[in-house]
Amino acid sequence: MSEKKFNLDTVEHAAATPDTELPWAELGLKENEFEDVKKILGRRPTAAELAMYSVMWSEHCSYKSSKVHLKQFGAKVTDEMKKDLMVGIGENAGVTNIGNGWAVTFKIESHNHPSYVEPYQGAATGVGGIVRDIISMGARPVAVMDPLRFGAIDHPDTARVLPGVVSGVGGYGNSLGLPNIGGEVEFDECYQANPLVNALAVGIMRHEDIRTANASGTGNKVILFGARTGGDGIGGASVLASESFDDTKPSKRPAVQVGDPFAEKVLIECCLELFKGSVVEGIQDLGAAGISCATSELASNGDGGMHVDLTKVLLRDPTLTPGEILMSESQERMMAVVTPANLNRFEEIMEKWDVEYSVLGEVTGSGRLTIEWEGEIIVDVDPKTVAHDGPTYERPYARPAWQDELQADKFIGSSADDARPTGAELGEAIKAFMAAPNMCSKSWITNQYDRYVQGNTALSMPDDSGVIRVDEETGLGVALATDSNPRFTRLDPYEGAKASLAEAYRNVATVGARPVAVSDCLNFGSPEDPDVMWQFAEAVRGIADGCMELGVPVTGGNVSLYNQTGGKAINPTPVVAMMGVMDDVTRRTPSGWAPEHDGQALYLLGTTGDELDGSEWARYKGHLGGLPPKVDLAAEKLLGDMLVNMSRDGMIDAAHDVSAGGLAAALVEGCLRFGVGARVGLGEVAERDGVDTFTLLFSESLGRVVVSVPRSEEVRFKDMCTARNYPFARIGVVDAESNALAIQGEADIDLDELREAHEGTLARHFGEVAPS
Amino acid sequence: MAESLAAHEVPLVGDFSQDTPDNALAGVRVGVITFPGTLDDRDASRAVRLAGGTPVPLWHDEANLHDVDAVIVPGGFSYGDYLRAGAIAAKAAVMSKVVEAAQASENPLPVLGICNGFQILTETHLLPGSMIKNDHRKFICRDQTLRIENNQTFWTSDFEAGQDIVVPLKNQDGQYVADAKTLEVLEAENRVVFRYVDVNPNGSRNDIAGISNERGNVVGLMPHPEHAVEPCFGPSSSGFGTVGLRGGADGLGVFTSVLNKLVGA
Repeated sequence: MSEKKFNLDTVEHAAATPDTELPWAELGLKENEFEDVKKILGRRPTAAELAMYSVMWSEHCSYKSSKVHLKQFGAKVTDEMKKDLMVGIGENAGVTNIGNGWAVTFKIESHNHPSYVEPYQGAATGVGGIVRDIISMGARPVAVMDPLRFGAIDHPDTARVLPGVVSGVGGYGNSLGLPNIGGEVEFDECYQANPLVNALAVGIMRHEDIRTANASGTGNKVILFGARTGGDGIGGASVLASESFDDTKPSKRPAVQVGDPFAEKVLIECCLELFKGSVVEGIQDLGAAGISCATSELASNGDGGMHVDLTKVLLRDPTLTPGEILMSESQERMMAVVTPANLNRFEEIMEKWDVEYSVLGEVTGSGRLTIEWEGEIIVDVDPKTVAHDGPTYERPYARPAWQDELQADKFIGSSADDARPTGAELGEAIKAFMAAPNMCSKSWITNQYDRYVQGNTALSMPDDSGVIRVDEETGLGVALATDSNPRFTRLDPYEGAKASLAEAYRNVATVGARPVAVSDCLNFGSPEDPDVMWQFAEAVRGIADGCMELGVPVTGGNVSLYNQTGGKAINPTPVVAMMGVMDDVTRRTPSGWAPEHDGQALYLLGTTGDELDGSEWARYKGHLGGLPPKVDLAAEKLLGDMLVNMSRDGMIDAAHDVSAGGLAAALVEGCLRFGVGARVGLGEVAERDGVDTFTLLFSESLGRVVVSVPRSEEVRFKDMCTARNYPFARIGVVDAESNALAIQGEADIDLDELREAHEGTLARHFGEVAPS
Repeated sequence: MAESLAAHEVPLVGDFSQDTPDNALAGVRVGVITFPGTLDDRDASRAVRLAGGTPVPLWHDEANLHDVDAVIVPGGFSYGDYLRAGAIAAKAAVMSKVVEAAQASENPLPVLGICNGFQILTETHLLPGSMIKNDHRKFICRDQTLRIENNQTFWTSDFEAGQDIVVPLKNQDGQYVADAKTLEVLEAENRVVFRYVDVNPNGSRNDIAGISNERGNVVGLMPHPEHAVEPCFGPSSSGFGTVGLRGGADGLGVFTSVLNKLVGA
């Protein structure tokens, strides 16, 4: 190409023209940050360097507001907690040893803002991005999960956002052949105009297959492969127009990336073949900040430098400028470091899978990242200054002025606590409550996801955790749960975050798995608001302290800030993803009793206090105030340990965590899981705990699980509870004949009517699909 | 590792086809094709192994069936469903061999198409009709009851005629359509092999879930019997299930059928 498309801003040119105006503010840099860049370089940055620093120093990539707090995740750990951690925070995803030579990597990330702008593509590329993080570790992805949060169910915009997000998650994940094994769905008007789309992926590998993102070995080749680079996902494209001569080039490019799951599926298989043949030395996926991120991270994690010729990048749009190429977030791309000796083998594998690639450059001994364009140097930086030495802010934070008032506004005695139904009314109330947006069945959503592909799914929605087999010979596998209670967290960020952690821990233990690792996705409002920053600081402290107490390390995660519209922040939403290990997943405990469990005894583990503040019943009645339930992590740990032992020793055949919606919801869901009824009597246990039946049914005290115990195991079961000194009470019996949930002295609730109420809500709002 | 894996190297974490038991069935080699975008190839291979046979990976780009005794065209999104589900895969090198062998006048090759595989078989015209988008226009994953209408095919001979089985169904383009005359012929010749019971999940004509060719060696169906071959990992594992906890292996009969039929032949 002889014709020059734009004024090339070379390093030489930048040094000679110190006073050239640059669009640093439009690219999102603050003035002090721009000054820092100049200080680092000893001159003004070139347009391409400015593009790199601006994206890599963004909140999203640099964690500049959050990292002073996130440090606790690395600090509050013991050697015991780290013993199974093979790769920790800082890599694409953490890696945990699960035994038998197997390792598991998992991570949760947000794709919130793109999913509001363009629900289908935003959600789809959220799945795609997290899956590439998992591949980058050398793992085969084996499952995904999606915690989703939307505005009010009846708001017209929810009818735009929800179906698009669900189709996007399904359209991408289903096409990749990844079972979707769970997640959460919440409706709350605080997410209006700011839905939360979080995506988790989990992958498995043999220990020897672990890969990391670093470029080492002078002379090794740096190769970009996968999809071509286009103009999608360039947030600040318009401001780079100053680079451009040509008015006719496409100017308005979508800021949301567009996904091609077929390309990603091929990329997965192709990467696994590269790993299997030990063809790559280092590998990095291209996500946020595209080539800027991949080159600077690979180079700064390596031992030398890197030189790249940007004109070698295969383009979808030939009019892209160097800055745009560096910033493009086109999907389904990977960067590999390959020795010259392996280049042939690399090429063969690319050809087998019909994947395009180009050798961009090589690893050098210079310690610098240099990038050329048509023979001229346009970037010459120390890669660490781009990737790791971004700004750090100690944002001011303070307990909000309104926190006391909020905490003083108890549910009990409020105008929302107007009627506590009893008798037959209670039956009707439970039916209506279980049809409420946040209590209803989410099968309308989960039935649009493939939960069976790969043939290793032992449990998925609506059970407490998703369970995936890792080793076919032994049955070794993992359980995963994601949980957040943003309402509790709003009432008390420290305790609420701990409660979310406790619930995730309990959900994993409830299916019979030993919890071993955490990944978190911290969704909050603007860090520039001291109220929000306080919520963030408190929540991080809560998770870090809680993990220390439970002995489970944080292995990675993601922070999403600025989740607010019109100055009103979302409820603080720290989503905790917990991974547990099971020696044999065929022993997994489902969340309800099956026909063959007829006559088994139902027990409630734990005690119930007067803790209705922040509960689903309070939400149902339009109330949010007071203090969240007390968290006792020592008790949670004990309970978890008991559940794992009971599951392994066959003492329980069903177990369901008591959380959102309280005991009422746990009993209903336990019955509906296999369509099998139960008779319960609550008088004795209510008396023991000193609460009324209503409170027993709807309070959300932590540390509780309902279990179904075979008659032959009752003695052993009771002995274990007694020996561990954990409160337990027999509350009823599985009744396969009745087709009803009978609450003695109160109500007989027909299961068909319950199911109709519970299953019908989403279809009524978003349209019928085939019956579940 | 079984020798048969050498046909082409499937990049794997773990091994889906450990050595099979040493008996007559293990001598039956069942090819499982992988196209770019195929998803259920490992699952189909596992099903063959659990049924007692030996799975043999086949690669789309190679016009060679490696002496297999039967072929499974598995599910997924071959070529991303671009153009039309199954349309591009139907032109693959390996499919020309499959079509030839399936139509041989003597010992025609037993062929099973599952989901996208069924779509591919209609695109090759080994089976009549075609699949369009589900009537509700959404992807649907559910535990589906099917009636075995014809137990005389290579792939259903281990079932009773009229038997009901539950296997997962998961697709977006699963609505079986054909012209009135074709439907009439299929019904008259007893070539509707699987029929949806209780719920028609996608608007398929005559509740058709799966059909066969005239000779019964080629069968295609939208639901996934290969996902119902092990208790704990089949339909009982999820959903607001009505399938008992120890069920979930109803699909295995599809794979034992072809093995027993070939050994008996």
